Amino acid sequence: MSEQKCCTCTNEKEQEQKLYEVIKKYKGTKGALIPVLHEAQEIYGYLPLKVQKIISKELNVPLTEIYGVITFYTQFSLNPKGKYKIGVCLGTACYVKGAGAIIDKIKEKLGIHVGECTEDGKFSLDATRCIGACGLAPVMTINDDVYGKLTVDDIEEILEKY
Amino acid sequence: MELVRSHVLVCGGTGCTSSGCEKIIKEMENQLKKNNLDKEIRVIKTGCFGLCALGPIVIVYPEGAFYSMVKPEDVQEIVEEHLLKGRIVKRLLYDETIEEDDTVKSLNEVDFYKKQMRVALRNCGVINPENIEEYIAFDGYKALGKVLTEMTPEQVIDTIKKSGLRGRGGGGFPTGLKWEFTAKAQGDQKYVACNADEGDPGAFMDRSVLEGDPHSVIEAMAIAAYAVGANQGYIYVRAEYPIAVSRLKIAIAQAKEYGLLGQNIFGTDFNFDLEIRLGAGAFVCGEETALMTSVEGHRGEPRPRPPFPAVKGLWGKPTLLNNVETYANIPMIILKGAEWFASIGTEKSKGTKVFALGGKIQNTGLVEIPMGTTLREIVEEIGGGIPNGKKFKAAQTGGPSGGCIPADLIDTPIDYDSLISIGSMMGSGGLIIMDEDTCMVDIAKFFLEFTVDESCGKCSPCRIGTKRMLEILEKITNGNGTMEDIENLEILCKNVKSSALCGLGQTAPNPILSTLRYFKDEYIAHVQDKKCPAGVCKSLLAYTIDAGLCKGCGICAKQCPVNAISGERKNPYKIDTEKCIKCGVCMEKCPFKAIFKNH
Repeated sequence: MSEQKCCTCTNEKEQEQKLYEVIKKYKGTKGALIPVLHEAQEIYGYLPLKVQKIISKELNVPLTEIYGVITFYTQFSLNPKGKYKIGVCLGTACYVKGAGAIIDKIKEKLGIHVGECTEDGKFSLDATRCIGACGLAPVMTINDDVYGKLTVDDIEEILEKY
Repeated sequence: MELVRSHVLVCGGTGCTSSGCEKIIKEMENQLKKNNLDKEIRVIKTGCFGLCALGPIVIVYPEGAFYSMVKPEDVQEIVEEHLLKGRIVKRLLYDETIEEDDTVKSLNEVDFYKKQMRVALRNCGVINPENIEEYIAFDGYKALGKVLTEMTPEQVIDTIKKSGLRGRGGGGFPTGLKWEFTAKAQGDQKYVACNADEGDPGAFMDRSVLEGDPHSVIEAMAIAAYAVGANQGYIYVRAEYPIAVSRLKIAIAQAKEYGLLGQNIFGTDFNFDLEIRLGAGAFVCGEETALMTSVEGHRGEPRPRPPFPAVKGLWGKPTLLNNVETYANIPMIILKGAEWFASIGTEKSKGTKVFALGGKIQNTGLVEIPMGTTLREIVEEIGGGIPNGKKFKAAQTGGPSGGCIPADLIDTPIDYDSLISIGSMMGSGGLIIMDEDTCMVDIAKFFLEFTVDESCGKCSPCRIGTKRMLEILEKITNGNGTMEDIENLEILCKNVKSSALCGLGQTAPNPILSTLRYFKDEYIAHVQDKKCPAGVCKSLLAYTIDAGLCKGCGICAKQCPVNAISGERKNPYKIDTEKCIKCGVCMEKCPFKAIFKNH
């Protein structure tokens, strides 16, 4: 997943232009909605109503259906995420090796619950599905960085890096 | 082709990438240049070697030196000592490869690899997955050529049927039959699809195949398309697997460039094209009808079967859907023959199976074993046993749809039918090992939390039933359960199993049923004695300070986050169990080991 772009520093016009290019690329492809939503989220970081409306109009899909698809899949978000997205893997291997304690520690440190974003917009916390790095359990990711074989004591030091 | 005297293989799977293999590769290239070796030694980024716990892994050929847990600062030594002077750096070798007399033994003799047999993973960790020529050099696309120029679609289907290959996604349906149904279905347009939505937590077999050998899946899908009469294919991959997606994209582009996808493949009139569709984080989309609804761009909700996808699949057309690992076996079956494949494994389960070995086991990673290998061989020999001298308690297969195998059934052979007969299932290949510190009621609760979260909500047995089951489990782990709850739980499980719409709901009760079958005493301990024998369920724990051992240093009181510990210095301290949140910090920090967890 590419780095989150924050709304204040990227030109809105530019984003919209990119969105129209994406839609153009997929128009006419069977089952285009989900690929378009993926790429739209990469442009905007999340899927605000404004974006959904454009997609609805251009792909000729009812807005309700788009909303239905977005809320069905956990990868799509209706809310902006933090600059640094923390994902703690709660797959079985990580769970057995104590991922629950890791997530508790992060919650305590940042003062947020799973699915929330810190007030300054710096960190957001998600419990993710298995990312497949089970050999390194327990694992967490911060944007593209992966931290494996974690212990509760590592958390503070890792968060300080950001 | 340039000739080089040594190959340095660096694992680029997700596990090793997470442990920093990119830095190793960069440093390796720098050091080789610095020593003027970059012309005679080639660095290759491969797929997964399997021993993820020891990553990043570097193998140097022709010697076959297996370096594990390599750090960027070790690279200079490998280059200067091994590659320049020919002296293997023993301190970095995987311990198991060093013989008692200090000589280095071949990887195939190491316990982890000795009992393995690589068919689906044949090229993983061997070739560069981003280079089609390396795949071709290992007989890649030869099977497709053979099929298109020498075999009829009926002969292909016959070969797959005779091989005895069964679906590796977990269901175990005979693959050849599925191909035959799709081939015989009426329709002007047919599709082939690949299920790479590996949602089972703790499983990463399909990811490793896609990352390490994407062309084997592409080739197999083309073979399948020829056999059933399709010209368009879709690979449905989880978006959580960015490396796999990017390698697949590269592989498809290369195959098109080489004319192995597209029009008139191998100069015949066979046309086949392939598209990738990304999942978006919904476990239910691993179910075949839900997957197809999702490819079509909708909410991935399942629909009743029949009609089966072979009759009415994508956009209402006959569709063949197989799992990644199933496809990865196909080229080898075509090249080596059905008899060869059928000679591996047991009577009803042919070939090999890839497992992702994880949890409380020494060698976590990826293993491929002939069907019929016993769980004991996997745990004790390949897996290297349980760490920290703990005891093996159970193995969990099949993830949220599967069940557990208790210690007294450790000699069960791993094949489809044996696993079902003991109340578990093969599943897609997640194999999580649990030791005595794992609470089986808690594990059942963990899986139910997962299914409740992932239930799509279309049918009420799954939407409501799994929620009620979870509530009962929560009641039990909180110490408020009754014996009647256990009975109700069992009845509810059976009802949901028989009435849910799709595989997700029908198998959701399995983790409860199988733990009830083998570990009912643990449930009863939670209910009657209000105790968690493994010491996991927090509500049932009590921390106490042993007055005889306590020296009254006060460290525990200082560390306690809720001020539940009080006392006077040099006198034994006390824990107020009402206030205690059971975080365990005191026990961890006590220098005299005077604090105990009672359960």
